[in-house]
Amino acid sequence: MAKLASALVSRLVIIVPYAWLLFFFLIPFFIVFRISLSQTAVAMPPYTPVFDLAGGLAGILEKAREFSVDNYVWLTDDALYFNAYVSSLVIAAISTLLTLLIGFPIAYGMAKAPRSIRPTLLMLVILPFWTSFLIRVYAWIAILKPEGLLNQFLTTIGIIDQPLIILNTNSAIYIGIVYSYLPFMVLPIYSALEKMDNSLIEAAQDLGCTPTSAFWRVTFPLSLPGVVAGCLLVFIPAVGEFVIPDLLGGSETLMIGKTLWSEFNANRDWPVSSAVAIILLMILVIPIVYFQNVQAKADSEGK
Amino acid sequence: MEKWSRFNVASVVLGFGFLYLPIVLLVIFSFNESKLVTVWAGFSTKWYSQLWHNQGLLDAAWVTIRVGLLSATCATVLGTLAAVALVRYSRFRGRVLFSGMVYAPLVMPEVITGLSLLLLFVAIGLDRGFWTITLAHITFTMCFVAVVVQSRLLSFDQSIEEAALDLGATPVRTFFAITLPVIAPAVFSGWVLAFTLSLDDLVISSFTTGPGATTLPMKIYSQVRLGVTPEINAICTILIGIVALGVVVASIVTKRREVHRERDERAAIAAIG
Repeated sequence: MAKLASALVSRLVIIVPYAWLLFFFLIPFFIVFRISLSQTAVAMPPYTPVFDLAGGLAGILEKAREFSVDNYVWLTDDALYFNAYVSSLVIAAISTLLTLLIGFPIAYGMAKAPRSIRPTLLMLVILPFWTSFLIRVYAWIAILKPEGLLNQFLTTIGIIDQPLIILNTNSAIYIGIVYSYLPFMVLPIYSALEKMDNSLIEAAQDLGCTPTSAFWRVTFPLSLPGVVAGCLLVFIPAVGEFVIPDLLGGSETLMIGKTLWSEFNANRDWPVSSAVAIILLMILVIPIVYFQNVQAKADSEGK
Repeated sequence: MEKWSRFNVASVVLGFGFLYLPIVLLVIFSFNESKLVTVWAGFSTKWYSQLWHNQGLLDAAWVTIRVGLLSATCATVLGTLAAVALVRYSRFRGRVLFSGMVYAPLVMPEVITGLSLLLLFVAIGLDRGFWTITLAHITFTMCFVAVVVQSRLLSFDQSIEEAALDLGATPVRTFFAITLPVIAPAVFSGWVLAFTLSLDDLVISSFTTGPGATTLPMKIYSQVRLGVTPEINAICTILIGIVALGVVVASIVTKRREVHRERDERAAIAAIG
């Protein structure tokens, strides 16, 4: 009896979160896919239903004939969408590289810090992550505006006499992404560097490596798992980013997250926005699966 | 002990300056007398007192807090279960899919999660509003809880659990008597993380909301689009204050628990010796 109960409990531990994620995470993707194949209609909800379970199997087959790839054809015909995908990927890639260039020295400096202050430094990196994303992006508007704090500062110390136009350009988006995602880059690199055995560097130097070549031959390769995890944590969400391009970017900035949002909220075209989401998901599926593997590997190593 | 070189100190200081300066400036200008957020005109708390008369804002804050408390609590239960399932059961049917579903939401662009949840709610005919936002928040925050709790479970000495089971405790009893007290700090920080993520979310809430349920980030967002005002700075400062307080309390709780645990461990070693 007790054995039966414990078997039941261990089943429930798995089944409850499993069922939740299946229903609220996986199944919705099939619904998105289904709606991406239907026609736009002026109704509420604004699409013609693709499946009607009341009609039974015959009804489903009947409906299946009405599947249309029109939305996808339309997406490929319209250069706007293609450009939006490409520019999202380019902006995300450039931002990821910048985040790495800024984040690596911070993580390295933290890992080299005296052991006693490391927990404090770690806490200070995590803290901004707890404060609102929206607030952190908003804070940059006042700084980057033409009459904003950065321009005031630069004018006062006499570096420029014309205000720099940064807000509503791609530069502002890079700043926003680097700033918002920096902790995601620093943390995995720091944890990779912190685990590293310092005697390896000493050995390399004893064997005649200069500090620079010891860094490139020993430290950097050993930090690679952290670098890869950090880059994925920044790149994947940045591709679909909405808040940053919307608040900091200009009207000419095309990013697919923003396109999807306006297609959905302003044009109320649910089938087309579903198709946009499905294509975005297909682009991101490779990095996402790769990220899951990295994560799963890190977990099994932790055991 | 390698010394902390000047380059390392500089990169850490500059990096932290970059992380904190915008937030500090935002807080400073929430106390600005002038309506301009870029020109200092003297100290004033008038923007804070104005907030109390903004009924729409207070309503939104109340919705946000209720969604946050409810979704963080449910997400903590589900996330902890998911973490236990991932760590303690290394083999079950569909485990790869399960771990995939736990990790994918961590990086999934919010517009995709938001859209797909909205279409689910429409498909099953759920009225959109408070409850749909809450369900959506539970779904994406539970994965963060799972990751936090999982990392604590991984560093946990399983032999204590095995000992309890050998001594005849049921798995449920073992979980509540042994496992839960040990992982409690991680479960608690998972809850705090879920709560702040829920408090913060704009995109998923906007997709899954309906008439009558406006959250604070949605309210802030619609005002930000109209321009930067000291009133928004004041709301943001209050939110930052709440979060900072929460983090400090959480870290004190964790620290105290660690001190207790170390003391208990020392006592145990002394008793054996």
